[in-house]
Amino acid sequence: MQLVLEKRAERSNTIALVSPLIAIGLTIVTMVILFAILGKNPLLALHAYFIAPLTDGYSLQEIAVKATPLVMIAVGLSLCYLANAWNIGAEGQFLIGAVAGSWIAVKTQGTDAGAWVLPAMLVLAAAAGALYALIPAICRVKFGASEILTSLMLVYVADLFLDYLVRGPWRDPHGFNFPTTAEFDPVATVPLLIEGGRLHVGSIIALLVVAAAAILLGRTIKGFEIRVVGAAPRAARFGGFNANQLIILTFAVSGALAGLAGIIEVAGPVGHLQPGISPGYGFTAIIVAFLGRLNPLGILIAGLFLALTFIGGEQAQIAMKIPLDVTKVFQGILLFYVLACDSLILYRFKLVFPNRQVARGAG
Amino acid sequence: MVLVEAIILAVLAASTPLLIAATGELVVERSGVLNLGVEGMMIVGAACGFAGAWLTGSTFIGALFGIVAGTLMALVFALMALGLAVNQVATGLALTILGVGLSGLIGAGFVGERITPAVHLHIPVLTDIPLIGRVLFGEDGFVYFSIALIVGVWWFLYRTRAGLILRACGDNHVSAHALGYPVLRIRTFAVMFGGACAGLAGAYLPLAYTPFFIPGMTAGRGWIALALVVFSSWRPGRLVIGAYLFGAVTILQLHAQGWGVGIPSQFMSALPYLATVIVLVLLSRARTGGSTAPAALGTVFVPDR
Repeated sequence: MQLVLEKRAERSNTIALVSPLIAIGLTIVTMVILFAILGKNPLLALHAYFIAPLTDGYSLQEIAVKATPLVMIAVGLSLCYLANAWNIGAEGQFLIGAVAGSWIAVKTQGTDAGAWVLPAMLVLAAAAGALYALIPAICRVKFGASEILTSLMLVYVADLFLDYLVRGPWRDPHGFNFPTTAEFDPVATVPLLIEGGRLHVGSIIALLVVAAAAILLGRTIKGFEIRVVGAAPRAARFGGFNANQLIILTFAVSGALAGLAGIIEVAGPVGHLQPGISPGYGFTAIIVAFLGRLNPLGILIAGLFLALTFIGGEQAQIAMKIPLDVTKVFQGILLFYVLACDSLILYRFKLVFPNRQVARGAG
Repeated sequence: MVLVEAIILAVLAASTPLLIAATGELVVERSGVLNLGVEGMMIVGAACGFAGAWLTGSTFIGALFGIVAGTLMALVFALMALGLAVNQVATGLALTILGVGLSGLIGAGFVGERITPAVHLHIPVLTDIPLIGRVLFGEDGFVYFSIALIVGVWWFLYRTRAGLILRACGDNHVSAHALGYPVLRIRTFAVMFGGACAGLAGAYLPLAYTPFFIPGMTAGRGWIALALVVFSSWRPGRLVIGAYLFGAVTILQLHAQGWGVGIPSQFMSALPYLATVIVLVLLSRARTGGSTAPAALGTVFVPDR
């Protein structure tokens, strides 16, 4: 017996819409099996993962807070992937954005600086993220170096740089030797949307980013160019579109968004700079981008879903002692199923039995 | 002299996992497949390798566990990228994300445990020769195996018919298919070989490099192995040089910390990653005349019947 792919005459739009749902369904079936192997009641575990976080206001806010960086980063990544540029170093751009923005917060600490502090932090973080993303983009365009490997190497560099700062020059002298900066001043923190809650202005920014990306991709020539260069490089060349220029542009935009997400996370929910500010947002955003079909609105939904798995994972750990790594396994499996189901858009699967091959050959 | 010897020994130890993983990936890429999941296969190999050695008390069985784990991960990749014709870059990333999670899950119970590290060879007279004795005749089995592996791969690729066919698949899968070679089956075997190597390379870390397991202990070595394949221009000979150079950079970084050089340790630790970026840029630049990469590298192949 053999699995054979048959190219469809045209891409199936129905399957393009339902394939993420099939993928989620298959992932849940796989998770049930995994929970059973771990000796946990699968139904209770699924409830803890997917239902419990949706039942109280605090968790709902927490989901939106977690989804904020995921959606912002994933929107940027989707532009890159659409243009066939493989930025997988968003995690590093996120960290560098956090560092650059924190620089202003640290320098103005306790100096009665005015309301300009937070906007300046956001701008600087976005610029730093963009510049950091430009390194692999330029290495690719000028020298032909694989942007996949260089952008990824720079994640480790950014991580170590952040580590150096909070253990060295920026360490809070009153921090009991913990590697962290002092808590940011109120002017250097992202304001909350609900008094005493968790939801902050960053979530609004994420929604604006989604809207802007939807307009860029759906309504502008640039967006059209990005999609053509990715989908049909030859046609794009004949159309006079400059693929290299688009690599630079999409890397810069995605770096800026990742950097912005970094400072929003640090100046918002975290409140100070420290190692481990990201539970792998830059990598999870890759899953969000694909699950959302590289489409801004899809990414918003996918981001909320992945955020749910983070919060659900924490709840399942507390309630049922399910290890946190199960969340990562879950996310990895989900990405596999999403990619596999995507294959259905272009191909039909067929099982071929060797003894029938003769008959098929004749027909 | 003792210091020189110590450094050479340390460089060999640091290079061995890079060499093993990169050798596997070299074969994979020569067959025309780009598997970016090396880091994921390595890290699962590390967890399973440690588990195997801890449960049985045998380094050898631990290494086998690592190999089997890496091969199974590679089979998942092959099913996706070859069977279902999914984009290889995305599948490789998925493999790494999954691997990091699985490794944490498998290894969770073993954090803090210790095992006896792999024994080093000792031949009475030869190993006692000053300076070279310990370096040449006093390594652990992995080091000798890694050298045998790369020599074997060189011989296979350039001196056997099967190696020629494998390279043909990597350079032009349409022609190879037209000549009647089973491109997808050959690629599947290549991917499995790469997975076995990555799993073994991962297992090397807790079995021989450090006698314990910590989550995330591969620390990007899988990605450096991928860069090494580019560095080597897909040639086994250069791969050996590259692996030992990178091992040396890693050790330089560790020793500089010990010598109290006035540079913060984090900057020294960033050195191997920065070196990778610089090497990639320099090499890609030197090669502008024409790429030496296998021509079909990373492209989807769906045979029409």
